Amino acid sequence: MANGVMTQTEHIPYLAQKGLKSWILTTDHKRIGILYLVTISFFFMIAGLTALGMRYELMTPELDFFRTATEYNVAFTLHGSLMVFFFIVPGIAASFGNFLIPLMIGARDVAFPRINLLSFWIYLIGTAILLSALAQPADTGWTFYTPYSIQTGTKVIMITLGVFVLGFSSILTGMNFIVTIHKLRAPGMTWSRLPLFIWASYATAILQLLATPVVGITLLLLIAERAFDIGFFDPAKGGDPILFQNFFWFYSHPAVYIMVIPAFGIISEIIPVFARKPIFGYKAIAYSSFAIAIISFFVWLHHMFVSGISETAAAIFSFLTMLVAIPTAIKVFNWTATLYKGSIDFHSSMLYALSFIVLFTVGGLTGVYLGALAVDVHLHDTYFIVAHMHYVMIGGTVMGFFGALHFWYQKWFGKVFNELIAKISWFLIFVGFNVTFFPQFFMGFQGMPRRYATYPEEYISYHVLSTYGSWILGLGILIMTVNLLIPLWKEGRPESSNPYGSLSLEWQVPSPPPHENFDEIPTVTDWTYAYGKK
Amino acid sequence: MSSTAEHAESHAHGHGLGETVTHNAAKFGMWLFLGTEILLFGGLFAAYALFRAKYPDLFYESHKKLDVTLGAINTIVLIFSSFTMALAVSASQKRNRKWLMILLSVTFICGAAFGVNKYFEYSAKFHHHIFPETNIFFALYFMMTGLHMLHVFVGMGIIFALIIMAKQGRFKEGNRYTPVEVGGLYWHLVDLIWIYLFPLLYLIG
Repeated sequence: MANGVMTQTEHIPYLAQKGLKSWILTTDHKRIGILYLVTISFFFMIAGLTALGMRYELMTPELDFFRTATEYNVAFTLHGSLMVFFFIVPGIAASFGNFLIPLMIGARDVAFPRINLLSFWIYLIGTAILLSALAQPADTGWTFYTPYSIQTGTKVIMITLGVFVLGFSSILTGMNFIVTIHKLRAPGMTWSRLPLFIWASYATAILQLLATPVVGITLLLLIAERAFDIGFFDPAKGGDPILFQNFFWFYSHPAVYIMVIPAFGIISEIIPVFARKPIFGYKAIAYSSFAIAIISFFVWLHHMFVSGISETAAAIFSFLTMLVAIPTAIKVFNWTATLYKGSIDFHSSMLYALSFIVLFTVGGLTGVYLGALAVDVHLHDTYFIVAHMHYVMIGGTVMGFFGALHFWYQKWFGKVFNELIAKISWFLIFVGFNVTFFPQFFMGFQGMPRRYATYPEEYISYHVLSTYGSWILGLGILIMTVNLLIPLWKEGRPESSNPYGSLSLEWQVPSPPPHENFDEIPTVTDWTYAYGKK
Repeated sequence: MSSTAEHAESHAHGHGLGETVTHNAAKFGMWLFLGTEILLFGGLFAAYALFRAKYPDLFYESHKKLDVTLGAINTIVLIFSSFTMALAVSASQKRNRKWLMILLSVTFICGAAFGVNKYFEYSAKFHHHIFPETNIFFALYFMMTGLHMLHVFVGMGIIFALIIMAKQGRFKEGNRYTPVEVGGLYWHLVDLIWIYLFPLLYLIG
């Protein structure tokens, strides 16, 4: 699709420069992407370990692994807030977004490279604030609901301040990406030729810009509430605790799509390459990201169906919640149609992409189910929600994330991992995930409430099964991580710079790409997905 | 972005982007950022609307304790500073360094005057034992004006940096005045938010 890029004779890979300074002061989008990748993976591991601890506790109905119920509460607060704010929200958008956006649109870097580095540093400051709070961590759950978050004796201010600071990072990154996509596309890279990952990143960036400031002010008010004793959320002082929930979910529901839309983009990149077919319904996939982004701002009340809101409001929000399923289903159908009669190569990244379609569909459909008012009253705050949410977050985003790691690994790091071990770890992850979370649908339906360290005897078999699953899942992730880490210390480079025959621009440069990405900015003459034509 | 001219320019300026692209990108980026600022204050405006509808009498009685004269003076000071900022942008486009520095300095002084005024207002409140926890109205008053004051300080910091840059002669050629224009956009937003805060807090009828 592009000419003038394959003719490079020699180049210096962007990874050539060594030393701490070349990393912490870098303005290279590819290196900043790695900095994010390392940091978010670190938090993913920590948060994953707390989850294993919680699952271990739940092997028996009594409290045994944790000393007190508060310790269990601290564990799920850490798990939730680290996973949400430190891993999955910045996750794909900041790591793969940074690495891929300039390469895919044919630019040398993002529009504001120094602001890009700044936003990584702000992210680090946020994590430092959070880590400093670990001595006496909060036990509020990741949602920081009032009035409990005002009354608890644990350190709520530090953790919320950390999240507030992260918000800045998120806003600056989103702003940077939008400007980059608007202003730095290579000649010929028209909007209708853009890779779908770019469309998805654009929709995500809009959500980051519109939603993050609102959670920012909410957390600021919560901090003021604790520090200065004001009463916005305290009914005793004339405040309104439901106001906090409204503010919080006005951000946090769109945030769910900040987490998952980049994964949609990744799946749209992987599937056509390994099906050897043009993506089906390009425009439908591109625009549906925006439809999801827009509707996602008008569904937040579905988190509050049992908080005493008016029935009219509940009915409207129930309808709007189900409406999100339409653009989402459009994507799923289009990916499936892309596979139809394709010549499918089951590369490890493709296996993740296919698992994404299956698992995300389960997560998405149970979401529609939960959007129905009567059902939600029964299932609110049960393990059904936990299962639904993990099918979307792990089955969706994390599968997309792992798929992306395997797909762009050669390009990003210029190394090759062991494909067989990658497939084995995929299998363990897929099986382990389902064994962990599928039983939770059943126990939730039977009334097992979430956020409890102890439970009645009757749920024990589900819990034990779920815990076994968490071990398989953990083992799978461990094997995958080791498999991806080992090649980094070994010599050797990929035989080809485009082993999967992708038509996208990032595959037309060497692996790893040179510092300036392209010798000469390419001129794009064709669609990114014209597979089968050539 | 037409190829050859762009390429030549990129070599001339090192980073790889033409001046026009950089200029437009910077302005576009700032507009996006201003959008997020409005949403940040939007949360407070929403809380204001909710509580004022709930407690109209409390808002009416409490607002009488605010000093309308000081508030009005501050409004005039900020609007005037926006005027001098606009003139400063114009001066930078005409590469008039002397006037640029004078106008930026006047804008900076206006910001400082606003801060001093606000300091007297706050201390008068504390003197009369009015604190954020007094009631919902004053909680909103201190949160909204406090967050705004923080933005005034940030804006003053930006203007100070611009004065230094102007002194070093950074805005001499081409589109190099971009920072002045982008800083100006930010300062106008700070002004604009105050124009909403003043009637909402001081002039409840």
